[in-house]
Amino acid sequence: MKRVRTALKKAGIALLYLAVWQLLSLAKGNEFLLPSPVSTLKSLVSLMGTATFYWSVGMSLARVAGGFLLGTIFGTLLGLLTGFSKTAGELLSPLKGILKATPVASFIILVLLWLNKSVAPLVAMFVMVTPLIWASVDAGVRAADKNLLETARLFKLSRRKTLLHIYLPSLLPQYLAACTTALGFAWKAGVAAEIIAQPAQSIGRGLYESKIYIETPELFAWTLVVILLSMAFEKLVAALLGRIRA
Amino acid sequence: MILLHDVSCAYDGKAVLQNLNLAFPQIGAVALTGPSGTGKTTLLKLLAGLITPVSGHVEGLNGKRVSMVFQEDRLLPWRTALENVALFCGDERLARETLVRLELSDALDKRPSELSGGMKRRVALARALCYGGDILLLDEPFKGLDDALKIRVAKQVKGAFPLTVLATHDMAEAGLLGAVQRVEL
Repeated sequence: MKRVRTALKKAGIALLYLAVWQLLSLAKGNEFLLPSPVSTLKSLVSLMGTATFYWSVGMSLARVAGGFLLGTIFGTLLGLLTGFSKTAGELLSPLKGILKATPVASFIILVLLWLNKSVAPLVAMFVMVTPLIWASVDAGVRAADKNLLETARLFKLSRRKTLLHIYLPSLLPQYLAACTTALGFAWKAGVAAEIIAQPAQSIGRGLYESKIYIETPELFAWTLVVILLSMAFEKLVAALLGRIRA
Repeated sequence: MILLHDVSCAYDGKAVLQNLNLAFPQIGAVALTGPSGTGKTTLLKLLAGLITPVSGHVEGLNGKRVSMVFQEDRLLPWRTALENVALFCGDERLARETLVRLELSDALDKRPSELSGGMKRRVALARALCYGGDILLLDEPFKGLDDALKIRVAKQVKGAFPLTVLATHDMAEAGLLGAVQRVEL
């Protein structure tokens, strides 16, 4: 019963947003500037009738997965390194600063010059995800309970067990939060990079083309696709990580 | 014999022990007493090898296996009582037995957050007993236990290690562990 009620509540909220959207688009009265939910849905359906749509979505998904995974792996390794070693922390601190402050677009353009357009989005996501994960692991390692670590030292707990039973559980909550945030950023950075780099099959290219042909409903449809995929992906990752936690 | 020669220790840049000369026997029980802030905990940590003196030196600890109940319980919040003990002593059967001896058979599969203060204290004691060794260091080990339980638990601790060093405010506790030597700090 409670589940039905929450579902109804969620549906109600969604309908409210749709109604506001519909009203705004009616008020604007111009499908080029603000298409209505109905025309967006129509474009989406017609997009879904083409093979290109599935290729684009599939390739973009693969890139996001790759960029996110790569960034997470590197971020985790760097975080462990700088969390445990003061020297490494000092040595790598400028790199962290650069990664954090450089506009993603600069990286994309550089990669376009150096490599090719298919990898550029991957690099953009990597650049986005790495510092986020890095910072969370680094902080998590430092925040591990000093008393517990001293206890581990007294009882001569092995390095492996100390890492597994003290460091890991204490950094896990913020690590999971960072992963979820990083995933959202990966999508945004990835699609932005696809728009700049325009690899053959990509959501970014779809977005770019709808801009060229002033197909605003299509632009909205693609955006909707990104939002839905991003939400689904986040749920999936949260479920996977939640299993690790249990 | 464990000998402290002219030992001085600092904690957070503040001198805690100054030019201390002490002797501990190989076998027996020693009570460290004195008001808070006189360095009982620091002295225990020194004997545990967790801190090094600023000056002076400690003799006779080489090759000794040291177990300890800290002032805080220091249990892993994400592990059950049994796991907390077994992880550190490496023997699940012994861990279970020790917890049962300390009247914690109902708490084996509970996490620290589900245990009362006195139960957590006993888990910390069980961990130290299960780990075993030559020297047992106890920092206010009976905190949160009522008098009757204190007596029963003390029986399990008394004589479990060749040497027991106990920091306490309460001379009655020292008596329960059979401490004959008393060091006033």
